[in-house]
Amino acid sequence: MAERLQARLAPEEIDKLIRGLARRGYQVLGPTVRDGAIVYDEVAGAQDLPRGWTDEQEAGRYRLKPGTDGALFGCSVGPESWKKYLHPAQVKLFEADRQDGLFRILGGPAPPARPYAFLGVRACELAAIAVQDRVLLQDKYRDPVYGSRRDPAFLVAVQCTQAAATCFCASMGTGPQVRGAADLTLTEIVNAEGHWFLAEADGDRGQEVLAELDRRPATDEELRLARTAVESAAAQQVRRMDTAGIRDLLYQNFEHPRWDEVAARCLTCANCTMVCPTCFCTTVEDDSGVTGDRAERWRRWDSCFTMAFSYIHGGSVRTSSKARYRQWLTHKLASWIDQFGSSGCVGCGRCIAWCPAGIDLTEEVHAIRGAVNHGNTDA
Amino acid sequence: METQTLEKIIAEHPYFAGLEPEYTSLLVGCASNVRFDAGRYLWREGEEANQFYLIREGRVAIEMMPPHRKAIVVETVGEGEILGWSWLLPPYTWRFHARAVEMTRALALDGKCLRNKCEQNHDLGYELLKRFAQIINHRLDATRMQLLDLYGKR
Amino acid sequence: MANAEIDPMMPRPWVVRRISKETPDTFTLALEPSDGGPSGRGGFQPGQFSMLWVFGVGELPISISGDPAEEGSLTYTVRSVGPATQALVSHGAGQSVGVRGPFGTGWPVAGAEGKDVVVVAGGIGLAPLRPVIYHVLRHRDRFGRLVILYGARSPRDMIYRKELAAWARHKDTQVLSTVDYGGVAWRGRVGVVTSLFKYLRLQPARTTAMLCGPEIMMRLVARELAARGLAAGDVYLSMERNMKCAVGSCGHCQWGPHFICKDGPVFSYAHIAAMLDRYEL
Repeated sequence: MAERLQARLAPEEIDKLIRGLARRGYQVLGPTVRDGAIVYDEVAGAQDLPRGWTDEQEAGRYRLKPGTDGALFGCSVGPESWKKYLHPAQVKLFEADRQDGLFRILGGPAPPARPYAFLGVRACELAAIAVQDRVLLQDKYRDPVYGSRRDPAFLVAVQCTQAAATCFCASMGTGPQVRGAADLTLTEIVNAEGHWFLAEADGDRGQEVLAELDRRPATDEELRLARTAVESAAAQQVRRMDTAGIRDLLYQNFEHPRWDEVAARCLTCANCTMVCPTCFCTTVEDDSGVTGDRAERWRRWDSCFTMAFSYIHGGSVRTSSKARYRQWLTHKLASWIDQFGSSGCVGCGRCIAWCPAGIDLTEEVHAIRGAVNHGNTDA
Repeated sequence: METQTLEKIIAEHPYFAGLEPEYTSLLVGCASNVRFDAGRYLWREGEEANQFYLIREGRVAIEMMPPHRKAIVVETVGEGEILGWSWLLPPYTWRFHARAVEMTRALALDGKCLRNKCEQNHDLGYELLKRFAQIINHRLDATRMQLLDLYGKR
Repeated sequence: MANAEIDPMMPRPWVVRRISKETPDTFTLALEPSDGGPSGRGGFQPGQFSMLWVFGVGELPISISGDPAEEGSLTYTVRSVGPATQALVSHGAGQSVGVRGPFGTGWPVAGAEGKDVVVVAGGIGLAPLRPVIYHVLRHRDRFGRLVILYGARSPRDMIYRKELAAWARHKDTQVLSTVDYGGVAWRGRVGVVTSLFKYLRLQPARTTAMLCGPEIMMRLVARELAARGLAAGDVYLSMERNMKCAVGSCGHCQWGPHFICKDGPVFSYAHIAAMLDRYEL
């Protein structure tokens, strides 16, 4: 691997970066404003980025508002995550036709026409991609849909220099410093001296792209400024998750009064699982044409909050909302560790902001932890 | 010889294990060998319950006759098991029918005689009641499990 | 579609060779590969399951119930309880069924060698255990006694009735069955499956028990076996949850830290005893 390249870029270079990636054949996807939120979509140039916007997030609340500094990446994460591209919400697994009672499989899922380049991947999202890599690529089974999208993807990370009130990546050890492997890592600085980016690239792919941009080597002072800005995003975080012994904590508190309490608020709407960048559950649906000689099989996102999720002959296993919330939280923070060697939570806070009831998982864990001694009561 | 065999059977039966030898002899005194051909009723519902059986061979069905429905077998009792406890509890009448499904050999114990002895000797009464309570407990467990309709459509 | 051969999410077409009725709602389907290719050789460990796809209707996890020594065919016993199972058992000979798998862990047949094997099945739970029975009978000298305890709802709900009678005639093989509800014409036993244990002489230290049936039945039987001195590590259960992908990536069949489809369906009682008591886990 080449030596790490650290350069200072003018903000105009971001536009050239987008066009450079597109020229290389990538479909460049980045944050953009739509319907009052930051969503991810194709960006043709810097004009599509949410310049001058910032956001305000709290439990059950998300608002865009004008920022004061004209930053391109002044917003924290919105309702979408990159899993919408890597692990699509719906994908056709195959088509088949049938003649005289015999069927043939006609084709499997098609990879995207152009490989993806993600622009503006936050540290927590990079961590989330690593979590999904572990689940969908590095387990016994390698998911070809995810693999065909993930393998060629070009990742441009952007380190956070401010945190939303819902963020708690610092306590999960996933951010705000970028720790995962990105092709290119940007840090956006807006201060009295102006607006610029620190760009860092370790690998050949990133360095090649960076080489095409107008840049100069970053000074030690610039590196220090970038580091301080990222540290301030950690310091701003008002939420934290105490992860010490969390696996055993949740396993041992399968019966705890807090589950009933949270179930009274939870609407089992599944929003948290949809916005979660690591939730990977899917179901399959079969469609057949009117004539009955063609069939399609689709895979769609599913959620452990639905009743059908745990259905076996005779009825669903988890009928109460208590059981379903407990399954989600316990899986995310405890059994995930047994299954895949890490937490399933990256501290992005989406589930907190997008819960219509404002349920905050850090608070739920805190409540269970606080009441450990009188927990474990029998149902 | 015959008495010795009966004594051995009773003494070695798990439900009577640990019983004082004098009580075992008492039981032997109330016991006789019986045989029922397949299809024969050991008793019918409502009849006076004056004995219990230690099944040595064969199988007995406990039947219910629900009104306007066909008879159903709720349980079968086979080799090594004890059949009947209504002799121990008032009003001393059988609740269900008992029918030999196949040729059945058993020891019949005279419950009426034992009842009287239990009244006179409460230690014996306690020992027997303790043992029959276990049998009743097992049957109740089994009945509850049957009520779950484990394999049926929920 | 070269991928279809290697992607476990792609059903391969197999053809129904024979379908036979076990009970009014339960059928056994024997499938053979329609392409004769290398993917169609069959081969499975007793206890494993396949995903059977019904064209345009849906897919079901079904345990393999045939003889593991028989190559080039796969046998499944299916109870018709919903639209997809109904469609599956409505197939005629010569029609194709999509097969994925086999998936999951099997019964510990190798570990049971030299020991007595006690098979306890409830209802259609006898189907995933039948391959074990075939295996033990085929390699009779490698195992001790074979005991088959079978409970069903009523005599007409008993599957493999002729085979049960035939197995009982094998050397060192004891077959005891019971039903929950018997008519007056039924000459067999009536009572729950746990009531059969009193007829056994178990050698707890040299016995492996394999259980399959409704979860509550397995729980009660496992407790009964523990009370009779079997170590939890010698008792195995086949668990059921909602299996969709069968490869551990759809999330549906999670049970605590386990994915039933890849970590199970067969588990040692020693590993799951505590979880069995957790309602809505």
